[in-house]
Amino acid sequence: MQVPASFDYQRAESVDEALELLRRYGEEARVVAGGHSLLPMMKLRLAAPEVLVDINDLHELDHIALVGDELRVGALTRHRTLLESELVGRYFPIVHDAEKVIADPPVRNRGTIGGSLCQADPSEDLSAVCGALHACAVIRGAGDERIVSMADFHQGPYETAVGVGEMLTEVRLPVLPGAGSAYEKVERKAGDWAVAAAGVALTLREGRISDAGVGLAAVGAGALNLHAVQTLLNGSEPSEALYEEAGRVASDSCSPVTDGRGSAEYKQHLAGELTRRALRRAVARAGRPIGSTAREA
Amino acid sequence: MRITVNVNGDDHTREVEPRHLLVRFLRDDLELTGTHWGCDTSNCGTCVVLMDGDPVKSCTVLAVMAAGHEIRTVEDLADGDQLDPVQQGFIEQHGLQCGFCTPGMMLTGRALLDRNPDPSEQEIREAISGQLCRCTGYLNIVKSIQWAARNRAEADGVTETAGSQS
Repeated sequence: MQVPASFDYQRAESVDEALELLRRYGEEARVVAGGHSLLPMMKLRLAAPEVLVDINDLHELDHIALVGDELRVGALTRHRTLLESELVGRYFPIVHDAEKVIADPPVRNRGTIGGSLCQADPSEDLSAVCGALHACAVIRGAGDERIVSMADFHQGPYETAVGVGEMLTEVRLPVLPGAGSAYEKVERKAGDWAVAAAGVALTLREGRISDAGVGLAAVGAGALNLHAVQTLLNGSEPSEALYEEAGRVASDSCSPVTDGRGSAEYKQHLAGELTRRALRRAVARAGRPIGSTAREA
Repeated sequence: MRITVNVNGDDHTREVEPRHLLVRFLRDDLELTGTHWGCDTSNCGTCVVLMDGDPVKSCTVLAVMAAGHEIRTVEDLADGDQLDPVQQGFIEQHGLQCGFCTPGMMLTGRALLDRNPDPSEQEIREAISGQLCRCTGYLNIVKSIQWAARNRAEADGVTETAGSQS
């Protein structure tokens, strides 16, 4: 039977206490929330923190609220809460698209948005989603708080901008009028990691695309913000020819590897095709009255 | 660490290491072996128990993280001699073959019906999508949960234990 190596366990009762514990134990400490990425890695000895700081009692980090022109999502918000949130579905159908295919219901009952983003697995769905949405991450440290874009938040596979003695507390998603978004994923079986996935967010202004965001998952590091595709889309009129070109550019922008889920060539093909499909759906959803996308299957 | 976990309505206090997994706490410490232990990788879902009413994979929850929470295992489904409608459904519709995934499947069915008393077939299939049946008997598992939905405890469909296989 697999068990993690020995570690000390501390249950924080406030964000300040969690930060104090993270400062005290430094590099040896890891935050645990749902634990569905961290605990399997600890069982396999891919991670061996000396201290786990449990933040599950920090209910102040479990919230979804519309504040001004952004949706603020606490880092401890569970996948299931995101999936069941009418507010999230109304403004960000891409999040509901993704949550339906993230792992499975028991895992979604425990896993959190903060845990997913901080794990920074290149195959992780919400990182691609937040990249496409141009989300910002709120990182708290000793006495201060800083806000970083998703592009700066992800510094490489399993590496984020969250430093020693800091923690991710909130994710902020900009609400844009006339926005549409969608996520498309191919997986081998229910609940599996993606073979490849693509998320697209955009707005339509006078018939032209603006604020385009594209994120890919499982096709190599650095595919959270595809500047070349975004530049192509911004200012263009939606058309099948444009979708075709966007898919081609997205496909050329990624660098998947061959593994048990498929060949690099196949994943590259998928990246293009899924970008086209997500783009098509995002455009179809854009400009509709708020709320109409929530009823879409 | 000394922890107290409420399991099936009773508080249980034990001394455990932080790395002790909830599935072992239930099976080894409390001798509640109805919770099965399968793949150990959060994949197969045979170790599903209810934590505050929601299905979780107990091989990926630390026992110390369950302290202060309510855990429900398959041992708590029946009320004395009265089977839960989901258990009765598994008898009526032949929902168990080798039986290995059955405790987790029944608990997931119970949790689903508690929130949604009349789920569609698709909703049932989604609810059990994180749990593998290695006999590939999903059809009858779905039918068993549907049977339970039709025969809720308050209706007259609940029958006595055993002997009612059709």
